[in-house]
Amino acid sequence: MNRPVYPTNIFDPVSTPAQAIIELSWLVLWICAGIFVIVVGLLTYILIRFRHRRADTDEPPQVYGSTQIELAWTVIPLLTVVVLFLVTTRTIRAVQSAVPPAEALQVTIVGHQWWWEIRYPALGIVTANEVHVPVSDRARPQPTFLRLESVDVAHSFWVPRLAGKTDVIPNRDNHMWIEPFEAGLYLGQCAEYCGTQHANMLLRIMVHSRGDFERWVAAQQQPPVRDLSVQAGRDLFQATACVNCHTVRETVANGTFGPDLSHLMSRATLGAGVVDNTLQNLQAWMKNPQHLKPGNLMPDMKLTPQELEHIVAYLATLK
Amino acid sequence: MINATAHTYHAEPTEEALPSRGRVGMVCLIATEAALFSIFVVAYLFYIGKSLIGPYPAQVLEVPMLPTICLLASSATIMLAERALRQGYGVLFKGWWFLTMLLGVAFLYATAVEWYRLIFTHHLTISTNLFGTTFYSLVGFHAMHVTVGLMLLTLVLILSLCGYVTQAQSERVAALSLYWHFVDVVWIVVFLVVYVIGR
Amino acid sequence: MAFEYPLARPQAEAPRLPLLVQLHDWVVTVDHKRLGIMYVCTGLLFFAVAGLEASIMRWQLAFPNHNVVAPEVFNRLFTMHGTTMVFLVGMPLILGLANYLIPLMIGARDLAFPRLNAFGFWLSLFGGVLLYFSYLGGEGLSGAGTAPDVGWFAYAPLTERAFSRGHSTDYWILSLLVSGIGSVATSINIVTTVFCMRCKGMTLARMPLFVWMLLVVAGMILFAMPPLTAAQLMLLLDRYLGARFFDTQAGGSAVLWQHFFWIFGHPEVYILMLPGFAAVSEIIPVFSRKPMFGYAAMVGATLAIAFISMGVWAHHMFTVGMSAMANAFFTASTMLIAVPTGIKIFNWLATMYGGKIRFATPMLFCIGFLFQFLCAGLTGIMLAASPFDWQLSDSYFVVAHFHYVLIGGLLFTIFAAIHYWFPKATGKMLSETLGRWHFWLLVIGFNLTFGPQHIAGILGMPRRIYTYAPGRGWELWNLLSSVGVAFQALAVLFFVWNVIRALRQGPPAGDDPWDAWTLEWTTTSPPPEYNFETLPEVQSRRPLWDLKHPHDPDWHHE
Repeated sequence: MNRPVYPTNIFDPVSTPAQAIIELSWLVLWICAGIFVIVVGLLTYILIRFRHRRADTDEPPQVYGSTQIELAWTVIPLLTVVVLFLVTTRTIRAVQSAVPPAEALQVTIVGHQWWWEIRYPALGIVTANEVHVPVSDRARPQPTFLRLESVDVAHSFWVPRLAGKTDVIPNRDNHMWIEPFEAGLYLGQCAEYCGTQHANMLLRIMVHSRGDFERWVAAQQQPPVRDLSVQAGRDLFQATACVNCHTVRETVANGTFGPDLSHLMSRATLGAGVVDNTLQNLQAWMKNPQHLKPGNLMPDMKLTPQELEHIVAYLATLK
Repeated sequence: MINATAHTYHAEPTEEALPSRGRVGMVCLIATEAALFSIFVVAYLFYIGKSLIGPYPAQVLEVPMLPTICLLASSATIMLAERALRQGYGVLFKGWWFLTMLLGVAFLYATAVEWYRLIFTHHLTISTNLFGTTFYSLVGFHAMHVTVGLMLLTLVLILSLCGYVTQAQSERVAALSLYWHFVDVVWIVVFLVVYVIGR
Repeated sequence: MAFEYPLARPQAEAPRLPLLVQLHDWVVTVDHKRLGIMYVCTGLLFFAVAGLEASIMRWQLAFPNHNVVAPEVFNRLFTMHGTTMVFLVGMPLILGLANYLIPLMIGARDLAFPRLNAFGFWLSLFGGVLLYFSYLGGEGLSGAGTAPDVGWFAYAPLTERAFSRGHSTDYWILSLLVSGIGSVATSINIVTTVFCMRCKGMTLARMPLFVWMLLVVAGMILFAMPPLTAAQLMLLLDRYLGARFFDTQAGGSAVLWQHFFWIFGHPEVYILMLPGFAAVSEIIPVFSRKPMFGYAAMVGATLAIAFISMGVWAHHMFTVGMSAMANAFFTASTMLIAVPTGIKIFNWLATMYGGKIRFATPMLFCIGFLFQFLCAGLTGIMLAASPFDWQLSDSYFVVAHFHYVLIGGLLFTIFAAIHYWFPKATGKMLSETLGRWHFWLLVIGFNLTFGPQHIAGILGMPRRIYTYAPGRGWELWNLLSSVGVAFQALAVLFFVWNVIRALRQGPPAGDDPWDAWTLEWTTTSPPPEYNFETLPEVQSRRPLWDLKHPHDPDWHHE
């Protein structure tokens, strides 16, 4: 089928919780469609049948009410609501009461203004804006359980094809889970207004086959590349304010305000999805991040062209 | 232009004793203020035990028995004042009214003393912790309402001394005393929440 | 039996006063009719402003990565648009209608507290001016012109000092505190008036449904406004005295703000919508030539809605991470409220059934309302199913839903009400032709703007984003949505033209141009300052019907 795939279409679930939601949603939609057809049909009929004809001057028979009819249209909607409620409760329980199995992957998502910190506590990995998870197959399910924290304001983690959204709120630990059954790239973004660059707080979830996931983990667990040809850039990076906000493992840079840069070049985008991660964009970002993502919390570092060249060369090696 | 009047039908009279506007208006005001206080009470209850640092309620709060008695007594005295006015005893009215005000002032004075102690001895301010925040806002909000009530009571006293408050005004005075009773009831709730449940 | 009624001196013969004196009279007035008109004019003025704000946003969103305004400006626009529409358009319009009509409908000369009435109006207006002054006056770290940019529901801790520097949030807080007091004052007035000043013979069971519903709305305001006021006071304490209510670093709860806000916010949207129902309940019977079907059920349903609406608030918080039990409870209460609302729709349909429907402009708007509010209600049921809401919440689907309620529902009923009662208030008839242009352009424009937004939401578009990347499938729906704005703007222009034209040269309306049945149609158009020469006495819900049909009056059937 040549149907276009919309990357964030809620009606195209590839994960168990999203699937459960859509099954409920179809039922609700059909019921609402039925009600719509009945009421609109009635209204249309009434408008045509009982419109005032020009010659007619009498008042129509004055009807004040009818207990039976009114009872009927109270009871029937009430029953419909009860049915809808019971069906809904089942889905609520299915999604919310899920207990993580032992093999579940645990990921911590930390919301920042305006990027996502991704931590794999058991694997010792810290990255940003991209979540890599293994695909889950029915024989050996391996869902991913996400713990959601925020360091500043309220955000919301939403990847429509994988699950409903859950808010990311400071001083509150929220949890959600995904269980993707198809490998691929799934997009999402922050869904709770969190300030100036809320629109550019994008998410990329890469669902890998088991093998690919292991390879990714191994690569991320490697210490950052130590390329001697960019020593100038590395020294510059470690001597300036960069280290106050960013971490590059096994160096003096251990700031946590901004994203971990240890494997910066392994990521597909910069600035939480605002531009692709190319050398040119990296250069533009370092020149003045405010041009690419105005209002974001990385200031213009006011680098000289030479400093810029060195630092970009250094960062470009952090694969 | 037509004004509808009955001619063959005898209209059912509406309740001849429709309530007085002042009373209904005051009841509405009380309802809305009650809703306002409820939110501060909910915030207080929600944050019990959630302060990250001290001082904590059990350490610093002393049950304010005397101020409470004063305020509750003032409800009784204002009722007596109201009754005196309705029966036409002007001097008795002024006396009970003044006593009500004194009791109200006593309550505020006691609150001030307590706050002085909390702030300067125990270093508890509105920004210290969640307890400080919710305590000062709830108790302070109530004290503010007592203050406004006292100002209105003073106004009535002055008008009364000038001879403007007569038996005919007793409905208006009744509306004001309704407000005063409300302030009292709120104190009972605040007392229970802060000094009994929260400690 | 004929009656000889003394004729009042026609308005046209009254001497014309100098302009300054006329203006002064309006400024110092305590007459509910003038205050009502001023409230409605205030609402319409802010409607134009907020509409402009929306138009700029839709121009920005018409194309991906479109660069019309800076992100900060866009964020201010949606905050101001929402805040204005709810507090400075919705509230004044409904309180204005209530102000104008309630005394006339219950046979009274004014509201219970005329000076409090004036006070409430001027507070509302001042609150609005204060909010808009923020564009000019706020001096934040980010530069000049700092209107609030925290969204109309201003979630904590984004609104705390740490994340909202400068004074923009303070303008949001203070202007709403001020106009909120105005709303509460007017509500106290309405409740007191209805309980204490009905004319002889008018028991509560004989009041027009409009009065019943506005009585309930006023009661709701008394209970729903304080949570917002309290939360705003708490926020003010946080921002200025270092209190910790919503300071998450000190253990405060961001979710507590949400609870308090929505305990206000949900009843608020019913507060806005019920007066629309009230107007429709007066207009549909008259243009169907039948009494309201099921008066008692309508009253009961209104009370049920008011009561239940205080218990559904957390359906705005389904994604916050509440327990399964809490989510289930609020799903249940939210779905439950669909029942009395549905009852009302059926009652309106039953009123029209068997009638002789005249499609005058007020009725056209009522019919548009019925279609569109039905859609709004059904998308509401979808959102009530919390798992479905976990996908749809905070997306353009919700934006579409509530615009169907507030524009497709409320605004259409407001236009119906204005077209219906304009002749009474001014003595002139609006043009039916212009009214039809207004109506059809609005129907097309409104549905074109908000219909596609349902789809954008389903395709994953969140709300409050100042731009979006191509490749999500959102482009077409956003473009269609933006095109609809042109039709809506045109519709509003037709309305303005209609009003101006009618004021200057509209045909005289007479006392009762629609052949209606409630007390306001017994006075001249416009009514004299004292409303009624002698206070009326009624025997049924439709006193004029009784007079016009003496052999078959309503009291035989009620």
